[in-house]
Amino acid sequence: MAKDRKLVFHIFRHNPNDPDSKPRLQDFSLEETPRMTLFTALTRIREELDPSLQFDFVCRSAICGSCAMLVNGRPRLACRTRTAELPERMTLLPLPFFRLVGDLSVDTGSWFREVGLRVESWIHTTQPFDPQAQEERMSNDQAQLIYELDRCIECGCCVAACAAAQMNSSYLGPSGLMRMARFLADPRDQRTNAAVFEVIGTEDGVFGCVGFLACDDYCPKGLPFAAQLAYLRRKMALTGLRPSQNDRRAAVAPFSAQKSH
Amino acid sequence: MTIYTDVLVIGAGLAGERAAIEVASRGFKVTILSLVPPRRSHSTAAQGGMQAALGNMTKSQGDSPDVHFEDTVKGSDWGCEQDVARLFVTQAPVAVRQTSYWGVPWTRVVAGSRQLPDGEVIEETQEKEGLIAARNFGGTKKWRACFASDGTGHALVYTLDNVVIQLGVEVHDRVEAVALIHDGQRCYGAVVRDLRTGQLRTYVAQATVVATGGHGRIYGHSTNAVINEGTGMAIAQDTGVVPLGNMEAVQFHPTGVVPGDILVSEACRGDGGYLLDKDEHRFMPDYEPEKKELASRDVVSRRMVQHIRKGFGVESPYGPHLWLDIRHLGKKHIETNLREVADICRDFLGLDAVRQLIPVRPTQHYSMGGIRTDINGRAYGLAGLYAVGETACWDLHGFNRLGGNSLAETLVMGMVVGGRIAQDLEWLEMPFPQGVVTALIQDATRQVEERVRHLMAGGPEYVYDLRNEMSHILLEKVGVFRNEKDLTEAVEGLVKLHQRASQLGLRSSGVGANPEVAAALRLPGMIRLATTIAYGALKRTESRGSHSREDYPYRDDANWLKRTLATWSPGADLPSLSYEPVRITELPPGDRGYGEGKVVSAKATTEGERVHG
Ligand SMILES: Cc1cc2nc3c(=O)[nH]c(=O)nc-3n(C[C@H](O)[C@H](O)[C@H](O)COP(=O)(O)OP(=O)(O)OC[C@H]3O[C@@H](n4cnc5c(N)ncnc54)[C@H](O)[C@@H]3O)c2cc1C
Ligand code: SF4
Ligand code: SF4
Ligand code: FES
Repeated sequence: MAKDRKLVFHIFRHNPNDPDSKPRLQDFSLEETPRMTLFTALTRIREELDPSLQFDFVCRSAICGSCAMLVNGRPRLACRTRTAELPERMTLLPLPFFRLVGDLSVDTGSWFREVGLRVESWIHTTQPFDPQAQEERMSNDQAQLIYELDRCIECGCCVAACAAAQMNSSYLGPSGLMRMARFLADPRDQRTNAAVFEVIGTEDGVFGCVGFLACDDYCPKGLPFAAQLAYLRRKMALTGLRPSQNDRRAAVAPFSAQKSH
Repeated sequence: MTIYTDVLVIGAGLAGERAAIEVASRGFKVTILSLVPPRRSHSTAAQGGMQAALGNMTKSQGDSPDVHFEDTVKGSDWGCEQDVARLFVTQAPVAVRQTSYWGVPWTRVVAGSRQLPDGEVIEETQEKEGLIAARNFGGTKKWRACFASDGTGHALVYTLDNVVIQLGVEVHDRVEAVALIHDGQRCYGAVVRDLRTGQLRTYVAQATVVATGGHGRIYGHSTNAVINEGTGMAIAQDTGVVPLGNMEAVQFHPTGVVPGDILVSEACRGDGGYLLDKDEHRFMPDYEPEKKELASRDVVSRRMVQHIRKGFGVESPYGPHLWLDIRHLGKKHIETNLREVADICRDFLGLDAVRQLIPVRPTQHYSMGGIRTDINGRAYGLAGLYAVGETACWDLHGFNRLGGNSLAETLVMGMVVGGRIAQDLEWLEMPFPQGVVTALIQDATRQVEERVRHLMAGGPEYVYDLRNEMSHILLEKVGVFRNEKDLTEAVEGLVKLHQRASQLGLRSSGVGANPEVAAALRLPGMIRLATTIAYGALKRTESRGSHSREDYPYRDDANWLKRTLATWSPGADLPSLSYEPVRITELPPGDRGYGEGKVVSAKATTEGERVHG
């Protein structure tokens, strides 16, 4: 880190609940301290310079997905962004696409819950739970594959970067498709290919994807979009052609084709 | 605006959601409130694992609820309720298997042999292949911590929240419960501030469940998420009739990074890492010639604080810290066995753990105390009020929680208490005295409105100044080391702060979803919690588990085999303390077997914890 930098933050300000508020950029400056992240910096700005500044941090360790914002135009997790990586003057904007709560805070939660409902993000099974029984077995490879696809933290970076989502607000988004892939990979979920096709075999689903893989570039968790989107597209195209083919067990990229992180 | 529901669950972490699922699946209307979208709750951050005696690994052969029970009671330093511990250990396997049924990708047993980091070779059997695996955690006799790769909390939270969505349970996020509605006998719901707009509204329910997690952030430096400010405990205490149990029981972790207090695994020390001071001198052997860095969590934390106090800390803009040195373990070891640590160093500190020192200091980690409930989760003092999870003092953990027992507690307690509420609703569901309740709602709302008006009218004090002073007092005087002088000063300092908090004003407009208003509304309750911790610690003249008094270094079963109960009467400066006996049904007090001294002098330890819990 260069010594004694004075950082200048151009921060988007707007309080939608205040009739007098107009969207604008406001400058704040801080002396840089060692190992400073945008979490430490924004917390200091709020406590020392402007206690009305809105932003969302919860875990401050890249686990909870709360703090995504545009840092010099790129969607990323603020808590995992060190100021030493950035020039002295930087611009912080709220994540686009999502409804603004105020300043740097956006409502990703409601959007992701809606997507969860649309892809019916739960195990569909007719078998009841038996509290007396031993757990059903699963190979560890299978468990690890599901885990890999389940690692999305719903931060919204991929959605903010996705061309298809900007054009079509009802697009399920890269993370929505990934959520579907996670359930396709899970043998406990008894949904058929045809049922899955109902959900994602449309222009709001895999056929809306334009395929430039911005999602792959911006996902802070490195989810395997390239492999999964291609598989979903091929699988759904086949299901669309031959809807009676109901075996979905081979629908997911083999574990070896997954990107590891 | 008033919203009516059968059951109001305040908090959408694992405990709140598990309770909600239980009640909702029995046909009642449940509404969940949360500061943040449920999946962002602190539970998501637990990475290590969840204790349940499944006995599927070679290293867990012979494990059973009985062994788990014994580990839990010893860990608690005989401070826990043994009937609760018994219920817990028998239900934990059911709870973990149910989450598997719901979709958690638990790591599974793979048959064959493999080598552990210390060189030992173990062999897993074909017979157990594909069952839920477990890893080793400190303080347990057997390998018992079930885990989902490196994200157990994440996998559990996402799975439970999927079930919540499936059941159509309503979740209102970005709201904060700021007061309970009650008449001194019965709880009727809560007054809630909408964090999107700053508006107040009320929720009226037959049963109200507080599931708001830990209070770590009152210490300023904590491994907890930044939203863990103890507000749920505070609003329960504000009723004046609900006691908090054992608030002085607070767990610390020796290695949080500076700044940010992100926890780095104890595997660093377990695998041979050193702690260094400002002169890069390895100081642990000076204090603990035998165990050195491998002494228990609490001992290491205490020695670190002691060394910093002697002036050997490294000065930084974030306060003094020490160094963790793992360079000599080598690139290969660090990048394989300690990969998560290397990642934290790179991503959040911008340093290379293979070549550089890691800045660390002891930090608050877990709150054993909380809203005192009976074995059914019913809060003492108010009918219709329940508590679950870290915010509750059920009391499974006594004076020291075992790593991996709190995730398990959230699920088991959520399940048990959810079921109990569904039964209680039969008698709770008596028709409300409508007029009376309306008056209570108006009264509670008016009180909160009055507090907001008072803030807007403006006083000289600034919320973040007072907050920092509170944290400073706690860390310095109510931390890992405690003694009469420090604790007395802490209590006096906090009482003064509490008075100053009535003079809070605002520096910003306070309009809409203003975070300064939110912080200022929380602060007085947080100071009362801090005072309750300090005062309970001052009065408890013994050392037990994580509560360690320099001036009373021994566990004193003759006088202190009892639990502190603290209530706070409106307008008082201090809580009033009373005590209740600890329920001992099976295992009489004895040596914890952690190899640190005589029977009555046994000290808090979770020996050689390998994975952070
Ligand atoms: C870094 C770290 C690692 C850990 N690892 C492990 C581990 O490996 N194993 C283990 O067993 N334990 C672990 N723990 C402990 C464990 O994670 C917690 O004890 C547990 O997750 C608490 O769950 P909870 O549901 O009680 O609370 P939380 O998950 O904290 O949820 C609290 C909820 O309450 C809401 N809330 C709070 N206040 C209000 C209010 N006033 N109004 C409305 N809503 C409110 C929040 O929004 C949130 O939804 C770890 C803890 C830390 C800090
Ligand atoms: S590849 Fe598809 S899903 Fe990904 S960003 Fe592009 S359009 Fe969106
Ligand atoms: S897929 Fe990646 S970028 Fe998209 S929401 Fe999930 S974690 Fe964020
Ligand atoms: S605060 Fe949780 S991901 Fe950044």
